[in-house]
Amino acid sequence: MSKTGTIGDSVFRTILIIFAATIIVIVVAMIAMMVQNSLPTIREFGLGFLTGRRWQPASDIFGALPFIYGTIVSSVIALVLAVPLSLGIAIFLVEQAPQKIARPIAFMVELLAAIPSVVYGLWGIFVLAPFIRSYLGPVLQSYLGWLPLFQGRLTGIGMLTGGMIMALMVTPIVTAVVRDVLEAVSTTQREAALALGATKWETTTIVLGNAASGIAGAVVLGLGRALGETMAVTMVIGNSPQISSSLFEPAYTIASVLAANFAEATDKLYLSALIEMGLVLFLVTFIVNAFAKLLVIRVARRSGAH
Amino acid sequence: MSNEAVHNRRKLISMVMTTLTAACAVIAIAILTIILTYIGYKGVAAINWEFLVETPKPVGEGGGIGNAIVGSAIMTLLASLIGLPIGIGAGVYLAEFGDKWFGSTVRFVADTLIGVPSIIVGIFVYTLVVLPMTRQSGFAGSLSLAIIMIPIVARTTEEMIRLVPKSMREGALALGAPQWRVTWNIVLPAAASGIATGAMLSIARISGETAPLLFTALNSRFYNFYVDQPMSSLTVQIYNFATGPFEVEHQMAWAATLILVGLILVINILVRMFTKKKY
Amino acid sequence: MGSKIRIKNMDFFYGSNQALFDISLEIPDRQVMAFIGPSGCGKSTFLRTLNRMNDTIPIARLTGTVEIDGKDIYAPKTDVVALRRKVGMVFQKSNPFPKSIYENVAYGIRINRMHKDRADLDQRVEKAIRDAALWDEVKDRLNTSAFGLSGGQQQRLCIARALAVQPEVVLMDEPASALDPIATQKIEELVVELKKSYTIAIVTHNMQQAARVSDRTAFFMLGKLIEVNPTEKMFTNPDEKLTEDYITGRFG
Repeated sequence: MSKTGTIGDSVFRTILIIFAATIIVIVVAMIAMMVQNSLPTIREFGLGFLTGRRWQPASDIFGALPFIYGTIVSSVIALVLAVPLSLGIAIFLVEQAPQKIARPIAFMVELLAAIPSVVYGLWGIFVLAPFIRSYLGPVLQSYLGWLPLFQGRLTGIGMLTGGMIMALMVTPIVTAVVRDVLEAVSTTQREAALALGATKWETTTIVLGNAASGIAGAVVLGLGRALGETMAVTMVIGNSPQISSSLFEPAYTIASVLAANFAEATDKLYLSALIEMGLVLFLVTFIVNAFAKLLVIRVARRSGAH
Repeated sequence: MSNEAVHNRRKLISMVMTTLTAACAVIAIAILTIILTYIGYKGVAAINWEFLVETPKPVGEGGGIGNAIVGSAIMTLLASLIGLPIGIGAGVYLAEFGDKWFGSTVRFVADTLIGVPSIIVGIFVYTLVVLPMTRQSGFAGSLSLAIIMIPIVARTTEEMIRLVPKSMREGALALGAPQWRVTWNIVLPAAASGIATGAMLSIARISGETAPLLFTALNSRFYNFYVDQPMSSLTVQIYNFATGPFEVEHQMAWAATLILVGLILVINILVRMFTKKKY
Repeated sequence: MGSKIRIKNMDFFYGSNQALFDISLEIPDRQVMAFIGPSGCGKSTFLRTLNRMNDTIPIARLTGTVEIDGKDIYAPKTDVVALRRKVGMVFQKSNPFPKSIYENVAYGIRINRMHKDRADLDQRVEKAIRDAALWDEVKDRLNTSAFGLSGGQQQRLCIARALAVQPEVVLMDEPASALDPIATQKIEELVVELKKSYTIAIVTHNMQQAARVSDRTAFFMLGKLIEVNPTEKMFTNPDEKLTEDYITGRFG
């Protein structure tokens, strides 16, 4: 190879390495800046920050438990609704529907993912919340009102609305991953079942068995998304730092307390408390996403193996 | 149970399950249709020329989102200027040299960065730019958007380059061309349209982002072309309108949403049509 | 001896490409019929028309008739699920389910509810595995994963799985092509054994294999059926020049 070629190659390579390294620098800096800026509350409250139930910025009392509770419960609601729906859609698209129908439907589901969070929030406030207040809520109360989950005042704004809007946003993402996972299952598995005289659904269950860990990965990925979902939830969950057994009561999530208060937090300790919550959210979503990736990769490897 | 009965029951179960999964698909389509119809219906009613060019005014005096449109455009443009070169560069690295430990690390970190809630990016840029500058700015907003964009662009670029057939680059390498020339003159042009669609989709994505702008770019009531000043954006404006107490503002939120969603849908549909022809 | 399967004037298309041309053929009951020919000649496609496996390909189209026991399996009212239970299939690459050895074989019995109780199920599973000449090798580890078996064992497991639903016809699509000589020999012995109870159609690219296991042989080329004859005649004194050229290795 000519000399200019080798020099050119190393210059080219170095430039690209710098670009690639930028991604690592961003994440490292992200962690460093958040740790540094949350030191005041870490020093002041230690682990008590995560277990404290009171959140009173005016008197410098910061307990994050209501937000952690709200984040977990709303995410669980979202998954309970979104996972069966997503599985159904993905199974329909990959295993049941003819190609001609599947393609446009798949595109429409992808469009659901393209709609911005703030738009879901707007729709949630003016369409979903009134619907829950006037129709869904009363029905739930009349049939399941004996459960503490469905007691209390119906405003349409609260944990259930937050979880439902999250479910809508998580569905296209979970669907997309499940679709990929199902498509990765070797057709020889489908043929084996069909050749034994299995019906379409029985064949589908064989495919699902093959894809189990990937589907689990899709669910975990959906959890990661739900935990971090911000704008839409902020707009419909009611933003009240309380731990209530009722799903109709307003609640608060980590992401939504950040969205709603960060701009006004001028006090140093207040700001530190918010950043520490951001750090917690970052670490949790990081772990959840890494775990999801691991599960999905396993399916890809396995179906590649035989 | 008789043979016949078992057989019929199995076929019935299969049909029921097909129907149920189809119902799931119908629900998804119905939700999309309801959302889009609402946006269209509510949005069209409130849109007019004045709304598109005016700045926000006290409630009852009209006003519009002209400055928010300009702000969004400026920040998206600046974010693309920062994010696209870095993202594409990183993607080229991952595709061409990324098979060793450093490449896998970058790939893993990029994937986790994609999964990080965008509001966290906002916090990061707040501590990095807003605190030292002691004020919110369009630049801080752009930087947040760029950070969201970089890993997405990097990963799609990598994928697109990996689609370029090996024989193409081997042919050029066999002629004695240095690697960088092969990448620059052969591989990149071959992957260009794929990279471009990836870039377009990432632009559509960041143009809908709200959370990372809330406390980096903040908002502004005026036309502002200076990126060291707080800057308005369509998304933050929608958030403020929607959460405000007045009916007039709610109408404006729908109208602004119509513009935003219209733009995002057009990009998505164009990309779809474009790629369908290609592959 | 009666014909189990009777194919008349079959044409088969992938979209606008014709893959099989005017095939007419009879497969006798409880015999082994081998299908040979150069790769891409349509022999696998042909095999897959016999249990309507090609139905999974949306652009596939067939004209003519395929009768099994005198009934046209492409008639509009045909129950494909019932058909495939009657016509089992073993594939080129072994494809066990990600389940235990036992559950692989039990699967077809379970979905068809063929068993009365657990003991009956155990019996049926054992019989199928014995019929596939695999019992002694797996009887102590029925509840371990099927993926722990060797390639040859996996393929015999797939045969056991197919036999468990008590088919009348077994289609084999190059069942030994991915196996070593010893495993191949076991499969071949098994095929000869199975023809006592089943009608077998086997596709193979290995002419010696066809000669060893089959009673009759059909030679395909470029989607056309060139010749069908008793195997012995086919390999010693074929009617067609093309067959002779192929068998003596002058092409393909």
